[in-house]
Amino acid sequence: MTEMFRDKVDVALTVNGEPVEARVPAGQHMIDFLRLDLGLTGAHASCEHGVCGACTIRVDGVSVRGCLMLAAQADGAEVWTVEGLTDTAAITDLQDAFVARNALQCGFCTPGMLVAAEELLSAGGTPSRAEIREHLSGNYCRCTGYEAIVDAVESVAKARAGKGDA
Amino acid sequence: MTIQFNDPDRPNSYIGKTVPRPNATKLVQGRGRYVDDIALPRMLHVAFARSPVAHAKIGEIDLDEAKAVKGVLRVFTGKDLAEVCTPWVAVLAHLKGLKSPPEHPLAVDRACWVGEPVVAVVATTRAAAEEAASLVMVDYEDLPAVTDTMTALDKDTPVIHPELGDNLAFRRLHEEGDVEGAMAQAHKVVSARFRTARHTGVTLEPRSILVDWNPAEGQMTAYHATQAPHMMQTVFAKHLDIPESRVRVICGDVGGSYGIKVHVYPDEVATAAIAKMMGRPIKFIADRLESYSTDIHARDHEIEAKIAVDKDGKILAIDVDDWTGIGPYSVYPRTSAIEGNQVVNLCGGPYDFANYRAQTTVVFQNKTPTCQYRAVGHPIAVAITEGLVDMAAAELGMDPVEIRRRNMYADDAYPVTSPAKMRFEGLSHHASMDKLIGMMDYDALRADQEDARKRGKYRGIGIASFIELTNPSPFMYGIGGARISAQDGCTVRMDPDGSVVALSGVTEQGQGTEAMLSQIVAEGVGVNPSQVRIVTGDTQVTPYGGGTWASRGAGIGGEAALQAARALRDSILEVAGAMLQADASTLDIRSGQVVDGDSGEERMPLEELGRIVYFRGDTLPKDLPRELVQTRHFITMEYPFAFTNGVQASYLEVDTDTGVVTLLNHWCVEDCGRVINPQLVDEQIRGGIVQGLGGALYEEIHYDAYGQLLNGSMADYLVPMAAEMPDMQIGHVETPTGESELGAKGAGEAGTAGAPAAVMNAINDALRPLGAQVTEMPFTPERILRALGKIED
Ligand code: FES
Ligand code: FES
Repeated sequence: MTEMFRDKVDVALTVNGEPVEARVPAGQHMIDFLRLDLGLTGAHASCEHGVCGACTIRVDGVSVRGCLMLAAQADGAEVWTVEGLTDTAAITDLQDAFVARNALQCGFCTPGMLVAAEELLSAGGTPSRAEIREHLSGNYCRCTGYEAIVDAVESVAKARAGKGDA
Repeated sequence: MTIQFNDPDRPNSYIGKTVPRPNATKLVQGRGRYVDDIALPRMLHVAFARSPVAHAKIGEIDLDEAKAVKGVLRVFTGKDLAEVCTPWVAVLAHLKGLKSPPEHPLAVDRACWVGEPVVAVVATTRAAAEEAASLVMVDYEDLPAVTDTMTALDKDTPVIHPELGDNLAFRRLHEEGDVEGAMAQAHKVVSARFRTARHTGVTLEPRSILVDWNPAEGQMTAYHATQAPHMMQTVFAKHLDIPESRVRVICGDVGGSYGIKVHVYPDEVATAAIAKMMGRPIKFIADRLESYSTDIHARDHEIEAKIAVDKDGKILAIDVDDWTGIGPYSVYPRTSAIEGNQVVNLCGGPYDFANYRAQTTVVFQNKTPTCQYRAVGHPIAVAITEGLVDMAAAELGMDPVEIRRRNMYADDAYPVTSPAKMRFEGLSHHASMDKLIGMMDYDALRADQEDARKRGKYRGIGIASFIELTNPSPFMYGIGGARISAQDGCTVRMDPDGSVVALSGVTEQGQGTEAMLSQIVAEGVGVNPSQVRIVTGDTQVTPYGGGTWASRGAGIGGEAALQAARALRDSILEVAGAMLQADASTLDIRSGQVVDGDSGEERMPLEELGRIVYFRGDTLPKDLPRELVQTRHFITMEYPFAFTNGVQASYLEVDTDTGVVTLLNHWCVEDCGRVINPQLVDEQIRGGIVQGLGGALYEEIHYDAYGQLLNGSMADYLVPMAAEMPDMQIGHVETPTGESELGAKGAGEAGTAGAPAAVMNAINDALRPLGAQVTEMPFTPERILRALGKIED
């Protein structure tokens, strides 16, 4: 850590709908800020270099890797993690589908996977299995072999389309 | 009373049904509690300075700069820790001749692989500890590195541990019948050279441990992402000189294991030693480079093998010469000789033949230590066997399914002992093959393949039959002197509200252990699964057990849970009989109610029984036992292992211009005995298959000639991602083991065991018209193009 990284930056943002003000080290990654400073341990750190997707969170409406973004960049941002998406019931159907289909084993990839899947689902339409696989291809899961995850996402896409809120 | 498993309408019929996992909901809500989610008061972080070279004498260590970093509190060298932690030697008495030098938590005089921990830095934040670790200055005096397996025993190769005399860790030759004679008389002899690449597990949660030492109580508490909490309790106690009863290992949620988290790692023991020295909680979370350079590796084998067949395709002999390089130390306490030993035990597994010779040669080298990883040795043995069988079939012009049918043990042949001296209680190779052929519509697929060929597309079908070792007895480790429990236990108790709590020695790593246990206990007692709460992963409260490895959770832990649950049922009914003035044998428990066994008429809710026992025991007869807590243990006795069997098939297309393989479909029929939860078993198999597909197509740890690790990141070590993976069709045949009432065998590793061989055979089936063949995994585009003669140099 050089002197530059010791510098602190003031940020004001909303996290899961709540205002947060903090003074963060300039070099701190968003995932560490969420996990260490805010106690939001739902998103996980795994590869810490942008490959695995375990740290995926939603920032200003799009899914973002929490290990590539700096907390200092979050000033003014609207950030959602799995905890907030759970509390607001935004992804209940997707979570239920994951449980019903056993689309998770160890669950370490799951919070990131859910955020990535929700990004696809909220784009509307009924994506094909190949499109689902493609969209999730930046999210690594070592346990499931992916098929159950694709099944769960597909079933939610179809259910939402059936309800007309696609 | 025995459970009528074949009657799906029996009361409380939860065993055999898909019931949801009780712990899945918290995980989808991000409310799991993995080690890195835990923060304790006064917690510190440790980071390690690791050897940047493969082999070096450790000279002067300069810690001044590291100590100057703000937040750094202590720095420890190998010598510091050697004063409080005894070294370990990973050998097993039954693996005759296995040798390994003593290993310390931090290297003392010599570093022997890139990534070996040398200095530990403790700081108030992980960032400060990591920064300081990078400022540790160690004078490494280079020693020659041994990196090639096949030349490790050559005279002019330096010996890594001179005190051991040579670089041979272990060698075992097994001979049965007359291999030379059979080869000499055979109609055809086919030989091939196989290679399986070095892999690692790439658990998404890195290795993680947080250790707290309370000097006032003399108690160590380790929050540890591990598969074997009791084994770790024993290890910490022994090497840090603490009574075993004063070590508590807590294993909460674990983010993937696959065998990676069942071993003793020097940096984790160092973390525990430092916690004891500093009297404060110390956390170590491996970063991704540390995962690649220090998580165990596996599967680095080179094999020469031969098969002899007669003109009808009957296997006459198999001859295997297997070599593997395991790094500089055998890994504690399971040892690094087991994988090679398994290759010897498992080659030729499905087949009834007489003459077998196999030798494994296990050598030291200056790379990351290797040890047991999901399906230990199976993917290698299955690739050798099934590769040879397909090559023999091609030589004979015989269909690959037909040659297997001619050689597999008949389904009514059991019990039998294989030429490798493995004892099979009951397998179903033919029934499984029949089911597979039906599921994949083999003939239609062959027609599609031919059709594709007319269009210039090269598609291939690959079949791989296999056996898999599960439910190990003490023959695996215990007889060799390792304190690794093959037994497991379960305590089941009824609480006052009629709910049931079960404490089990097997652990949850995501495979669904807790769901499996909850349905067994629910059925065994007679309550709904939602009324059962499962507790695992805490050595202070659960019965002593082995944990989760070698596909033993359901077969061993499940049976202990069933027996404990049945015992609790009996004690509940004894009380109920007294309360209802009925003969206990006429009563039953269904959905949490004591009922009349014949009519099903409800007599009393368990809640009422609980109220009386716990709060109005005065109203019960004085001498009536009211033991609403029961513990049972289970260990297999008849067979050293419960073998399972299965068969997989792959359908794929090879682009002969680019060498790229596209997986079109994949099938697996597996016989894991009694299926407790069909969905969980299927998903274990799917996940296992994809791990096997990774080995077949992508995964390979690369080193240069100096032992430098070349691909230590997720961007460089490729693993299967969603876009490239196929959907998979799973089927079952059930041949329960007679060793337990439950009849369950293991299911977690079968997918990984067979998938690489199925893919290899499918690629070679596709390439056969072009005269090309690949046997070196992973089957990268480059290797395929080389086989096709499209790249030369
Ligand atoms: S931890 Fe951020 S992508 Fe892997
Ligand atoms: S469920 Fe374990 S990594 Fe996806």
